[in-house]
Amino acid sequence: MKINRKNNFWIHTVLIGAVLLTVIPYVWMFLTSVKTQGESIMVPPKMFPEVWRWDNYKILFQTLPFDKFFINTFVSTVVITVFQVFFCAMAAYSFARLKFPGKKVIFIIILSIMMVPWQIYLIPQYMIIQKLGLLNTISALILPSLFSAYGTFLLINFFESIPMSLEEAAIIDGCSYPQIFFKIMLPLVVPGLIALAILVSLWSWNSLMWPLIVNSSTDKMTLSAGLANLSGRAGTKYPLLMAGSVLASVPMILFFFLLQKKFIAGISASGTKG
Amino acid sequence: MNKKQKNEMLWGYLMLLPLITGILVFSIVPFFQNIFYSFTNLGSFGQYKMIGFANYSKLFSDTKVWIAFWNTFKYVIFSVPIGISLSLIIAVLLNSKIKGKGLYRTLLFLPAVTMPSAIAMIWKWLYNKDFGILNLVFGTHVSWMGNPNFVFWSITIVMIWSGIGYNMIILLAGLQGISPSYYEAAEIDGAGPVAKFFKITLPLLSPTLFFVSITSIIGTLQSFDIVMMMLGKTSLVEGKATTAVYMFYKQAFILHNKGYAATIAIALFIVTMIITAIQLRLQKKWNID
Repeated sequence: MKINRKNNFWIHTVLIGAVLLTVIPYVWMFLTSVKTQGESIMVPPKMFPEVWRWDNYKILFQTLPFDKFFINTFVSTVVITVFQVFFCAMAAYSFARLKFPGKKVIFIIILSIMMVPWQIYLIPQYMIIQKLGLLNTISALILPSLFSAYGTFLLINFFESIPMSLEEAAIIDGCSYPQIFFKIMLPLVVPGLIALAILVSLWSWNSLMWPLIVNSSTDKMTLSAGLANLSGRAGTKYPLLMAGSVLASVPMILFFFLLQKKFIAGISASGTKG
Repeated sequence: MNKKQKNEMLWGYLMLLPLITGILVFSIVPFFQNIFYSFTNLGSFGQYKMIGFANYSKLFSDTKVWIAFWNTFKYVIFSVPIGISLSLIIAVLLNSKIKGKGLYRTLLFLPAVTMPSAIAMIWKWLYNKDFGILNLVFGTHVSWMGNPNFVFWSITIVMIWSGIGYNMIILLAGLQGISPSYYEAAEIDGAGPVAKFFKITLPLLSPTLFFVSITSIIGTLQSFDIVMMMLGKTSLVEGKATTAVYMFYKQAFILHNKGYAATIAIALFIVTMIITAIQLRLQKKWNID
């Protein structure tokens, strides 16, 4: 598109406006998190604190075990991501490439699972976890999320885009199917695996309802459930609440900054291939 | 069947096994269990009695649940079209040849990677009646979250705010897939930017727009995190802003009426199926994709 100077000016104005509306809440979150309670409720408001009060973060750790929240969230996110991607990749390869009776039926069953709102599985899933005696454990956070119909579909598209000839050559050379899967196919669908891994970790890190339901003891909570808990405890102590919000959201934001291109590619893949 | 085919079949099943087992245990069986529980008075400790259709007749007369479903529709009706329009405008602007594209995109994408519970906390603070920056900037004294006339709109704004980044990225990918030759041809014919947008961009982007609409509608139908965190457990204006999933959560895990909650989940399932069917019909009609 050709752009003259006047249009250029308006485009930047609109975009800068949108960026400000997006970023100001974050700036305000951070600034509030380093103010005293008194400074946070000053009228008219003060932009910057007199002294940067990092103590709020110390008090936060004394109020609730945010270090444990972090570990719980991190561990469950990593385990869910690794296994979900692996299981989805195996299943997607099988669907995309191997011939066996009943494939179509199984495929349709899995397809229909994606259409069902997941709340319908929630009470029975909770009962399973309860019966296994796993309430208030890290395993409770992980177990139901290891398997994903959505991820399988996303990856099927990636497997299907790989030319058949590579595999045929390997079969003639006498490679077994696991060998073909691990040595030939997996390396070729790495972009798909990364896309899915990013979507899964994003979803898993931020998820709220399931962690809230299964883990009620504070040392087994995730960051998002911990934040819900904090909002009940800290009431209107907004510097503390904002410090909690900073700690809960910054790890994923940093992860995004580090892997920006992969994030964008992953999200785009979910829209064009999914 | 020869040996080679048998081998292929064996591995086909083996590689599906983990996924199928997991989905059987955590989705397929639970689906039927949930239907079963909806005919029971399941409480918090796993004991239950069969109570026939009592939960269903309760559901039909429970205005709180009806209101929650109505609110959910309202969130869909308002937040999805506004959110997608704004995402589209930003995506189109980002798709032009300007400086600093990457930086704009990164910053605008931030809400998509931020934990919804943190987003809710931030906005609750911005909306605070006495000390929130919003009232201080506008010189108002509005209880954004406490006034029954405002609470729905306050939450809608947060939903739109938090969804723009994600949709923008997908739309941008769609825009980048449109061949520049279309625009060049249109320019030769003397088409202006508005004509180009409506005659080229919009029709060629419609599959992506359709996809974004579907995921946004389904996502909004299941709104929970932001609503729950912003309302808290004791909001007096809850009825104006609750959603179906929030009611499900409350009945199942706060009030411990799991049997009844299972019934709400089935209602949500039926509503989702109806909406999905309508979408598929529309998709066929427009012959998209």
